[in-house]
Amino acid sequence: MPNRVLKILVPIISIILGLFVGAIVMWMSGYDAINGYIALWHGIFGSSYAIGETIRQISPYLLAGLAVAFAFRTGLFNIGVEGQLIVGWFAAAYVGMAFQLPTFIHLPLALLAAAAAGALWALVPGILKATLRVHEVIVTIMMNYVALHIVNALISTISGGSYKIDRIHQTASLRSEFLSNLTDFSTLHYGILIALLMVGVMWFILEKTKTGYELKAVGFNDHASQYAGMNVNKNIVLSMVISGAFAGLGGAMEALGTFGNISTMAGFTGIGFDGIAVALLGANTPLGVVFGATLFGSLKYGANNMPNAAGVPIEIVSIVIALIIFFVASGYIIRVLLNRMSKKKEAK
Amino acid sequence: MSFLDLLYFIVPATIAYAAPLIFTAIGGVFSERSGVVNIGLEGLMVMGAFIGILFNLLYADTFGSWTPWIALLVAMVVSAVFSILHAVASISFRADQVVSGVAINMLGIAIALFSVKMIFGKGQTDLIQQKIARFDIPILQDIPIIGPMFFKSVYGSSILAISVALVAWFVIYKTPFGLRLRSVGEHPMAADTMGINVTRTRYVAVIISGALAGIGGAVYAITTTNDFGHATINGQGFMALAALIFGKWHPIGAMGAALFFGFAQALAISASKIPYIQDVPTVYLHILPYVLTILALAGFIGRANAPKAIGQPYIKGRR
Repeated sequence: MPNRVLKILVPIISIILGLFVGAIVMWMSGYDAINGYIALWHGIFGSSYAIGETIRQISPYLLAGLAVAFAFRTGLFNIGVEGQLIVGWFAAAYVGMAFQLPTFIHLPLALLAAAAAGALWALVPGILKATLRVHEVIVTIMMNYVALHIVNALISTISGGSYKIDRIHQTASLRSEFLSNLTDFSTLHYGILIALLMVGVMWFILEKTKTGYELKAVGFNDHASQYAGMNVNKNIVLSMVISGAFAGLGGAMEALGTFGNISTMAGFTGIGFDGIAVALLGANTPLGVVFGATLFGSLKYGANNMPNAAGVPIEIVSIVIALIIFFVASGYIIRVLLNRMSKKKEAK
Repeated sequence: MSFLDLLYFIVPATIAYAAPLIFTAIGGVFSERSGVVNIGLEGLMVMGAFIGILFNLLYADTFGSWTPWIALLVAMVVSAVFSILHAVASISFRADQVVSGVAINMLGIAIALFSVKMIFGKGQTDLIQQKIARFDIPILQDIPIIGPMFFKSVYGSSILAISVALVAWFVIYKTPFGLRLRSVGEHPMAADTMGINVTRTRYVAVIISGALAGIGGAVYAITTTNDFGHATINGQGFMALAALIFGKWHPIGAMGAALFFGFAQALAISASKIPYIQDVPTVYLHILPYVLTILALAGFIGRANAPKAIGQPYIKGRR
């Protein structure tokens, strides 16, 4: 079977398997799986309000997915998207709250702050990898926890001991009356446009610039790239920084669009970790990430409807998502099975 | 508070916080020594914590004061079975071991929370009644200074943790199995040539890591939180992972690092009572273990040598 077809088939089969095993889990736990999935479907597409909220949920997933995918193209595994997203969230919320500026300066400034914070957070593992060959997976995991604790402490300090900081000024907000009215007063905001713009930016960087070519080359084979005269270390740092900037913007979606502020967190948001799944499903391409983010954003938002409409705990969707990652990771065995099946067909 | 009072307070707390980390980190040593990265320790701990609490709640009436110990055993078995998923994916299916580990983490918390909702109808379980008892060790507790520090009101699980570390050292460095384990992690090709079954050895190693992480999670839940919810195991597994790297993939080193992280946690919790430390913002104490791990990795505390074949699936017949 040609590789191109396999690349698309493996994620699709993984999604089907994930949903199927999820159905088995529901059925074994005494829930009606069909009703559960119908409730999920209605939760995603049931009304224009639901559709608006679903699209709103997709934007941070898009950016988290881009962040993971971009690093992956350089052969780097950025598990720190979660932490970069949290510092981006904080930076955007702080700039949105602390300054009073006209919209056309304030909003870009807040977005820029988020991207810069995320980039800065990713710079540390990038530099450590480039100069000392420290494995980025462990460093980024540790940076997640550092981000969580520091942001919580900053929130507490800035707000004078409270658990959240003041709301952002209207001038920094991504909220849109137009989009909200269009979708029956959902909280849909302009963030989705920024996220889609960034999909284009990633495509442009990777496909149309010299830097992008070098980044991909380093990802394929860093020794060969070195031999060809590319600065591998510079590319590693650059890739992490761009990846972190995407993640930081993902945090800005939450700060400037959905929540309008930041509160102390007892644990991680999970968006950054789900970004790994989004990128994996999308085969680390910009367009693939759009599909991955759409799937995960929809599943996550639609799941909210499951407890009320079908009595199924929300967590079933987390199980399905984890299973999908698991199956995508085990793509090798799916490829083997597919190849065997296609060979049998040929023999007939 | 005098300095000695302080030690009497902080040393037992350190050991109590370190015990779950020791179990889990030693588990990680087994897995990673065989060449399988185990980022999934967190998820395996979650599973252990959940099963430990669940068993404790369901069977407290049947087993009485033995309940927590049997709960540890059950948690061990369930997490060991759960870890087979990681083994199958990363050893047989040649999955990216980091991705598989991430999936294990997500799956562990998702299954546990799903079950809690199903069984209890709310986000967290009730508090357990049967806890691991603290006890004084006779004779040793009468030693001046050291006695009250190390041998008064200790958890049986802490003693077990330290013994597990010593046994693990013996197994990995002094037994044929340990030699095979290490050779599979360093050079699976060569090991295979010598007739060692690489796949089987790696499976066993991952399952051991699951079993120990299960105990670790259950010990944490039963001694520290006494219930199970979404934030029960919040980063303990990753801290154990850090401890094993900090300890240079050596059981005793991992135990030392776990004790140090336990100290950091005890310090963060009790900082408000300690002179000088109480002026340090707690956030610094909270991030201390993570920052130290990054520094250790960067080589400021001596280079750590990871097993050479770590992270690579072994494909027979490919050089």
